[in-house]
Amino acid sequence: MRYELPKEELLYSGHIGCPGCGASLAMRYALQALGKKTMVVIPACCWSTVAGFFPSSSLKVPILHCLFETGAISASGVKKGLVARGIEDVQVMAWAGDGGTFDIGLQSLSGCAERNDDIIYVCYDNEAYMNTGIQRSSATPIMSWTSTTPNPAFNDTPKKDIMEILAAHRIPYAATVSPAYPEDFLEKMRKAKNIRGLRFIHILSSCPPGWKFSSENSLKISRLAVETKTFPLYEIENGRKYTLTHMPKGLPVGEYLKLQGRFSHLGPEQIRAIQRNVDEEWGFLMEKVRRKGKTGARDGVRRKRIQDPGIRIQGKR
Amino acid sequence: MERVISGNEAVAYGAMLSRVQVVSAYPISPQTTIVETLSDFCASGRLKADFVKVESEHSAMACIVGAASAGARVFTATSAQGLALMHEVLHWAAGARLPIVIVNVNRAMAAPWTMWCDQSDSLAQRDTGWLQFYCEDNQEVLDSIIMAYRISEKVLLPAMVCLDGFILSHTYEQVEIPGIEEVDRYLPSYVAQLKLDVDDPHNFHSAMPPDVYMEQRVKFQEAMEEAKGVAKRVDEEFGRAFGRRYGIMEEYFAEDADVLLVTSGTITGTARGVVDDYRKKGEKVGLLKMKMFRPFPTEDVRRVLQKAKKVAVVDRNISFGATGIFAQEIRSVLHRHGEGTSVFGFIAGLGGRDVTPSVLQQIVEITKGKEAPSGDVVWIGAKK
Repeated sequence: MRYELPKEELLYSGHIGCPGCGASLAMRYALQALGKKTMVVIPACCWSTVAGFFPSSSLKVPILHCLFETGAISASGVKKGLVARGIEDVQVMAWAGDGGTFDIGLQSLSGCAERNDDIIYVCYDNEAYMNTGIQRSSATPIMSWTSTTPNPAFNDTPKKDIMEILAAHRIPYAATVSPAYPEDFLEKMRKAKNIRGLRFIHILSSCPPGWKFSSENSLKISRLAVETKTFPLYEIENGRKYTLTHMPKGLPVGEYLKLQGRFSHLGPEQIRAIQRNVDEEWGFLMEKVRRKGKTGARDGVRRKRIQDPGIRIQGKR
Repeated sequence: MERVISGNEAVAYGAMLSRVQVVSAYPISPQTTIVETLSDFCASGRLKADFVKVESEHSAMACIVGAASAGARVFTATSAQGLALMHEVLHWAAGARLPIVIVNVNRAMAAPWTMWCDQSDSLAQRDTGWLQFYCEDNQEVLDSIIMAYRISEKVLLPAMVCLDGFILSHTYEQVEIPGIEEVDRYLPSYVAQLKLDVDDPHNFHSAMPPDVYMEQRVKFQEAMEEAKGVAKRVDEEFGRAFGRRYGIMEEYFAEDADVLLVTSGTITGTARGVVDDYRKKGEKVGLLKMKMFRPFPTEDVRRVLQKAKKVAVVDRNISFGATGIFAQEIRSVLHRHGEGTSVFGFIAGLGGRDVTPSVLQQIVEITKGKEAPSGDVVWIGAKK
């Protein structure tokens, strides 16, 4: 079945993202789903430049650049400022990289998540500090090369599980998306748009220069990340209800790794070790997906708190 | 309405009367009762603002930067380590040209831990591009907040109103609290000239290459210069509306002074009494109260200093390896014009040590007794 993307384009052609940049495609899809009544708040990341140097802009919606560690709270502040002025129908979307989310921005993101501030927080995760030249972050996968985990001292810790951290805040909605699955991407963004409170979207954002692959393979690699179960597509409602939105084929993880220069040093034994990690994480995720029916009561409690008009919600007076 | 309130309550009243729309703050002594009082005002509906209880001062400032970017009138208050944690965002707020007003309750910086007053916290932020005002009493605190919004919203630069920790923040004084209708007439609701707007999208604060960045900085400096005149006009209008005036600085028996004390904050109140005592004895001691520190009122200060034989600057702060910070500024004002006035720099009252009348008398006597200062820094009251 052919999937029709919305006609309205809010990302201009001619932006300065690298060829094959997953994050540029992701912005296009995100804004197609959210529409014109959206403001984008961008902490330091690749998109600080992709959005355009002064005086140009690559988006047809307002952009507010902000400090590296303030993506979430800056977006919250914008939302609260708008609501204070009586403007309630504008979505404010924080758009941050993995460094700004997993590392330096985690504290303010946790604060916003705990207060359930009414923003959409998107992390486009390209698994290292790509804007500064491929330095390791806590989103960098184990055994990966980066410019700060050079041969032979490759990255020796597994990727931080950001989705579980956000789920632990019991936010109303968290979802993983991939630019290789636009239908799933847009559906989740649309679902997020219709929920109040903090909505977290985690994008695995393929990066040709950072992951060391040829730009025409960007979507192929994004697809392999999903189909090898390295990056499953799922959503978490109210921090409890896990739903898998795409059943991966379960291809060997080596298929995904072998196309990327950052993993070119791996031998068969190391690839088997990564496969074991992937299988184990997949098993944990499936346990959570299977138990979803048993947690309905807790879901109900959280929803009541969000929707009860008798209780004052931050950002909504 | 006259009431006896603390400095921190005066801050909360100032913010409430300014009808701030978004408040974001994090507790730190001695600022804490500001946060508590504003929480009460919000909870009771006296202040219709969204009070965002964030997880750090860094986020408090980032939150109001966001809200101000969306066109709201915003407020926060902090002290010492909290202000230092905001440092990065202070630069951002000023560079973004947002008319934010904050209060800093002056507290000395750690280590070692201390809660008590000096000005090393706010003066360390002097190069962030914020307007800075130092207050003498609780009435001036309340009034200065209202005036600061007028100035900031005119020149599009953020403003910091400072009061001495504990000495003012926790001291109760009689304060005239203006009626909200009066304040509304003086300070109308805020209409942002530039703001985020889905019907008029712009890319705010995108990267500026070397061929344009400097011009942005020139405009920044011009706005700072403009703030001096704007602050004077705003003060005059305040005087007409409320019957109280402060100026951007104040001369007290400065006209013919042989020894001119230069003070800021609550030390000014003590110094007035000391000047009175000397004048009763027929000695020409005068006082220059510094209210506005940024922009530094260079021309006004020079005009006053040129008439004085000797100037004794009392600094409740120090720039280590240099001198007291007010003394530095005063010396630079005179130096460029090669005036003959001797500037004596004294460091007193760090970390909350009392600056009593006898401390100030000691400063006057040292200044009287010497033709020129023996060094750039003279410590007063420090034990050997």
